[in-house]
Order: sequence, then C-alpha cells, then structure tokens
Amino acid sequence: MIPELGQFALVLALCLGLSQAVLPLVGAHTGRRDLMALARPAAAGQFVFVVLAYIVLTQAFLADDFSVRYVAQNSNTELPVAYKFAAVWGGHEGSLLLWIMILAVWTLAVAAASRGQPAVFTSRVIGVLGIVSVGVLAFTLFTSNPFDRLIPSAVEGNDLNPLLQDPAMVAHPPMLYIGYVGLAVPFAFAVAALLSGRLDKDWARWTRPWAVIAWLFLTIGIALGSWWAYYELGWGGWWFWDPVENASFMPWLMGTALLHSLAVTERRGIFKSWTVLLAIAAFSLSLLGTFLVRSGVLISVHAFASDPTRGLFILMLLGLISGGALLLYAARARLMVAEGGFRLLSRESFLMANNILLVTATGAVLFGTLYPLFLDALGLGKISVGPPYFNLVFLLPMLPLALLLGAGMHAWWMKMKGVALVRKLAWPAGLAVAFGIALPLFLFGRTSFMTAIGVIAGFWVCGAALLDPLRRLLRPKQGMRLTRAHWGMVLAHCGVGIFILGATVTSAYNVETDRGVSPGDRWETGGYEFVFRGVRDVQGPNFDAVEGEVELLRNGEFVALLTPQKRVYRVQQSPMTEAAIDGRIHRDVFVALGDSLGGGAWSMRIQIKPLIRFIWYGCAIMALGGLLAATDRRYRRVPERARAGPAIEPGAVGEA
Amino acid sequence: MTPRRRRMVLVGLVLAGIVVSAALALRAFQLNLQYFFSPTQVAEGEVADARNFRLGGMVLEDSVVREEGSLTINFVVTDYLHSVPVEYTGVLPDLFQEGKGVVTLGRMDPSGRFVAEQVLAKHDENYMPPEVAEALEQAREREQL
Repeated sequence: MIPELGQFALVLALCLGLSQAVLPLVGAHTGRRDLMALARPAAAGQFVFVVLAYIVLTQAFLADDFSVRYVAQNSNTELPVAYKFAAVWGGHEGSLLLWIMILAVWTLAVAAASRGQPAVFTSRVIGVLGIVSVGVLAFTLFTSNPFDRLIPSAVEGNDLNPLLQDPAMVAHPPMLYIGYVGLAVPFAFAVAALLSGRLDKDWARWTRPWAVIAWLFLTIGIALGSWWAYYELGWGGWWFWDPVENASFMPWLMGTALLHSLAVTERRGIFKSWTVLLAIAAFSLSLLGTFLVRSGVLISVHAFASDPTRGLFILMLLGLISGGALLLYAARARLMVAEGGFRLLSRESFLMANNILLVTATGAVLFGTLYPLFLDALGLGKISVGPPYFNLVFLLPMLPLALLLGAGMHAWWMKMKGVALVRKLAWPAGLAVAFGIALPLFLFGRTSFMTAIGVIAGFWVCGAALLDPLRRLLRPKQGMRLTRAHWGMVLAHCGVGIFILGATVTSAYNVETDRGVSPGDRWETGGYEFVFRGVRDVQGPNFDAVEGEVELLRNGEFVALLTPQKRVYRVQQSPMTEAAIDGRIHRDVFVALGDSLGGGAWSMRIQIKPLIRFIWYGCAIMALGGLLAATDRRYRRVPERARAGPAIEPGAVGEA
Repeated sequence: MTPRRRRMVLVGLVLAGIVVSAALALRAFQLNLQYFFSPTQVAEGEVADARNFRLGGMVLEDSVVREEGSLTINFVVTDYLHSVPVEYTGVLPDLFQEGKGVVTLGRMDPSGRFVAEQVLAKHDENYMPPEVAEALEQAREREQL
C-alpha cells in the first residue's frame, strides 16, 4: 500500500509540474499576474510530492519491502542500514528520482532567492525548470518506475552492487547530480532571458551565483568519483577516460567556460550570445550525460540499464529541450547587442581564449566519446578510443590555458599596457620556471621535458593566483582591498595549480609493480621495504574476505601495517578487491591483493604515488573558491530598481 | 604595420594553430583506435596489421594455466566456434573466471598467440560485455548455417 502512495505522489508531482511548466510562461507572455503568481506555489507543491515519493522509496528500503522490484534488485536484509539509504540511488530508477528531487530543491531555491527580481523574469525561469522537470518525471513514470511491484514478492533481495558499498560512493552520485541538475538553472535563466529579450548585465549577475554553485558541486562530485575509482576499483588509476567519466567531465568543462564568460557579460555587457550558448550547451551535455550513462549504450561499469526505449526517450527529451532552446536562440540572436568593445590586450581577451580552449577540449573529448557509438550504430565495426588520444587532445588546449590563466588574472578590463603586465608577472614567472625545473631534480633526481612543463605550469598558476594576496600581506598600506569574490578566484585558481602539480608528479614519478609473494618475503619497491606476513580469513556483515598483512618500512623503521582484502559478497558471490593505502600528504603507498598462486603465495600489486592527493585537494580547493565567489556581497544585494517599485520591465512583456 | 594588417596576421596565426592542433588530434585519434575482434574474426584473418586490438569472448572452461611461481597466466578465449590462446602477465581483475565473458587488449605474436597487456574488468557478475554477447551470437548463427 505504501509504495502505491509514492507512485501517487509522483503522478501528482507530474500534474503540478505541468501547471508549473505551462501557466507561468503563459502568464509572462500575456502579462497576466495571476498566472505568474502560480509559479512559486506550483514549484513548492511539486517539491512536497517529490520528497514524499522519495521518502516512501527510502522507507521501502529500510523495511526490506521486496515486493517492490527496485528494492528487491538493489537491497538485502543483511545490507548495513547506512547503505540502505544510499541504495535508494544505487540503481537506475532511484537515481532518476534523486535527479528529480534535486531539481525540485534547485527550483525551490531559485523561487526563494529571486524575490527581488522582476516577476515576469522569475515566472519564466520557474516555468522552464518546470518543463525540464515534467520531461524527467514522465521519463521516470513511463519507462523506469521505481515503485513497480514484484509479484510474487521476493523472499530476499539481490543486494546492492558491492562496488557501491563504500562511503565515497554514497556521496558521489548526490554531489554529481546536484551539479548536473544545477546546470539547469543557468539554462533556465538563459531561456527566460531569450524569451523576454532582456539579456543585460542584471541577467548575468543573477545567473552567476547559480552557475558557480552548480559548478562547485560538479567539481566535488567528479573528484569523489575519481577518488573512489582510485581506491575501490582496486587498481590505482585516478582517471580512465571512461565514457561515463567523460559524460560528467564535459558538462564540467562547459560549466567552467560558462563561469568565465558570465564574468565578462556581467562586468562588461559583452559576450552575451556566447554566454547564452554556453548555458544551453552545458545543460545539454548534462542531459547527454544522463543519456550516455542511463541508456546502456556504453560499455561501462555504470550502465545498469540496457533498455532501448529509455535511450530513445532521453534522446527525444534532449532534442526537445536543447533543440527548443537553440531554435529560440536563433530567433532571438539579433537582440544580443554588445555594450562595448575591448582591446587585444585586456582581461576580455584572456577570458575569450579561456573559452575557446575549454570548448575545444570539450569538443575533442565529445568526439572521442561519441565516435565509437556512431560507428557502432551504423554497423561499421566496434572500436574504442584509447586513453592516449584523450590525454593528448586534452593537454593540447590545457597547457596554453594554464599559461594564459596566470596572466589573465592580472590583466585589466578594456585595455592594458603589455609592459605593466610583464613587469608585474616577471618575478612569479621566473620563480615558477626555476622551481619547476629544480625541485623535481632535487627530490626525484630526474625530470623530463613534459614533467618540467607540468610542474612549471602548476607553480606558475599558484604563484600568479597568490600574487595579489601576498602583495597585500607584505604592503598592507597601499594594497587594494580584496573582495570575497576575488578571494574565491584566487583560491579556485590555486586549486587548479595544485591539481596540475599532483597530476603531473603522480604520472611522472609513480612506481608500480606486480609481483608474486610468499609469507615471510621481504622486498624493496621505490625506496620502501615491504614484508608480507601472510593472509588470514575475516568476516564482514555481508561478505567473507581474505586479508593480507603487509608491513611497510622505510630505512628499517616501521611505517604502517597494510591490510588489503579480497572480498566475496555472499549474495551476489562477486569477488572484490579492497586495496590498502597508507596515505600521506606527499605520497600514497598502495597495495592490492591479486590471486592466490598456491602454497600460500599471492600475486600483489604495489604502487607508490607521490603527490596523488594533490589531485583531490586541488579539486576541493577549487570548490571552496567557488563557494566564496558565489556568496560575494554583490549577489546578495537587492538591485535598486526592483526595490524601488513594481517590477515590470518595459519591453519585457509581449515581445514581438 | 597597420592595425588591420596586424589583425590579419593574428587571425592567420590563430588559424594556423587550429589547423596544426586539429591535425595532431586526428593523428592521435587514428593511432589510438582500438578495434574489437572475436576469435572467429581472428581465425579468418580479419586482423590486418600488427596493431593492438581488443579480443573478446568467453574464457574456455579448464583452460586457465598458471606458470609455477610467476605471474604469467595462459588461457583460451573462445566464441565456441574458434579459439585463441592468450598469455597475460600481471594481476587479474576480480571478475576473471572460467566460463565468463572477458575482453583483453593486446596483440598477436607470430606463433598465433595473443599477448594481452590488459585484461579488462567488468564489475557485475551477470554483466556480459555487449561486444562479447554479439560475437557469441554471430558465432552461433554461423554454426547453424
């Protein structure tokens, strides 16, 4: 009975979503304030019923209600309670419900935060979000209903995929989805602006914090996924250019471009059409990501569902939402008039280069991800594109981006003298080159051209980012005041630099060996000694495991006891490697148990990864920078005009 | 130089940069395409050159042999119509089992053995790599003819 309530709540949410999608848009078009006023209540109502549906599904998991097909497929009585909460989004149907709930939260947040903005504009934004919501709700109800019954009901559930039974994996999907879905907000703002024909600096200022918040969650989500892949997939890589990873990475790249383009539009009133296009593209790539991951067209860990109707539905949805937005864009292109110009050497130029490079990188990744799918769909053979392609086409635009980034932060708007820029940056540039070459040589005794470039780029970006705060610290009297948004930029760019350092040093100085070991063996890898003490059996709540004991020593001194496990989850009978990691800020020692070689011997993978944590620290710092930037005072201030009187814009209603 | 001329030079440089990058990217793309072949396709000589490719099929039952005291392992990948012997040195992924689907990446050596650099892991017990499923399907159809 209770699951039917969830189903019912979803249907009601769909009805409310329909009214949220249609009425405010009609109201904004015809200038009827009564219809516009429906936007917020409809969004709030939809939120209530979506959350209700979500709670019902969670309750089914907690109560082990195996008469619900989705619960039977993804849970088990032995599953620890924390993972029962997480199992709600462990499969296709539930993760869609999570998607919808997150969209409802975003919509509610927009509704609450936009009180100071013109009602016409806000009703359009909420209406567009309603359209997206209706699309995904219909998709869930018609093709992937989480409340479908299983008759007769199962006695015991199939258990949650053991790979997902992990703390980082609990947080990864919600974070990623908050980011993905959050990109719907800049999208809705862009479409609303196109509808009203009002593309001005205000529009850019309203959009910017939303775009930044979505971006920062996307950053955290991707970083968590990468961290999880690193220790849980068991083999020590942190990025595989797997199509599913690409699916989340492409919206991130576009989102990053969008943030920078928005900065120009807000400050200078130019790049408008480009910003609109980026907002549409970023959200379209989010939807495409959903399509790629959810339709099962990909050969990948994540593709649980292989149901072609679902893929078709999402493709239609994508066509409708992105195609509609692009049509509108084409029809309104003439409205986007630049409010000024800029010289070749100016911050605008640097940000334009940033955008070109980021979009180029996205295009190259998109090509490598989709080309095999097209070839396969046309029956021209099955191929896949190897990681070296992605490494090259990604690095090619990213290296100039890193170099330009350092200078761009210090360029002025409009125009600047080259001499002033060079004088300001000569010191950090010189230091970055010196340290970039000397430090790796000193610490590791060798370097290569590419390694040096990477380390220099890392130091350069960090140094250039910290230049203003440092000058202020050293000369507090004459330094300018730094706004919170400026601090955000400094931190986010520092994060980029730290990420570059981590990624470069890890790939250049990683030590990795596979070897067979017997109890009592003692060996040396990458400056550390290892002693294998043997294995013993251990039991977990829903798995049995063999646990190896490896002593880690440095210069004869004990550092840590590593206990890698080989688990077999009882229900699915699937084996899982649980690597043991001794993680320090400057390096990880990673040990994973392979197969039994007989006679007590085991194969083992040993890796020493210097600075690998910088990769995730860098992402965390980027996200923190985003948080600072999004909460800057100027986004919290209510604009003068809106406070002064009734918020009807001339020309906003009934645009011909 | 007049401003107009300077602009043209700049545009030219940007265009040249784009062309060079595109050429490099396409070349990298060409070099990194990995084709998928089934044992039957291998047996029929469809693998043209000595490049790396993906070989996929089922791990033949009772075919896994481990060399004493080393990490080298030999097994046979089959689509139940043709088979290819495979050699791999290293730690195997969790779900490598006899009678299960597998995809390996590597190249043929002159003796007709496939030397795998990588055995790809698929983390779902019931999961069958789509290419392998299709290869098995095709082999079954041909057997019936």
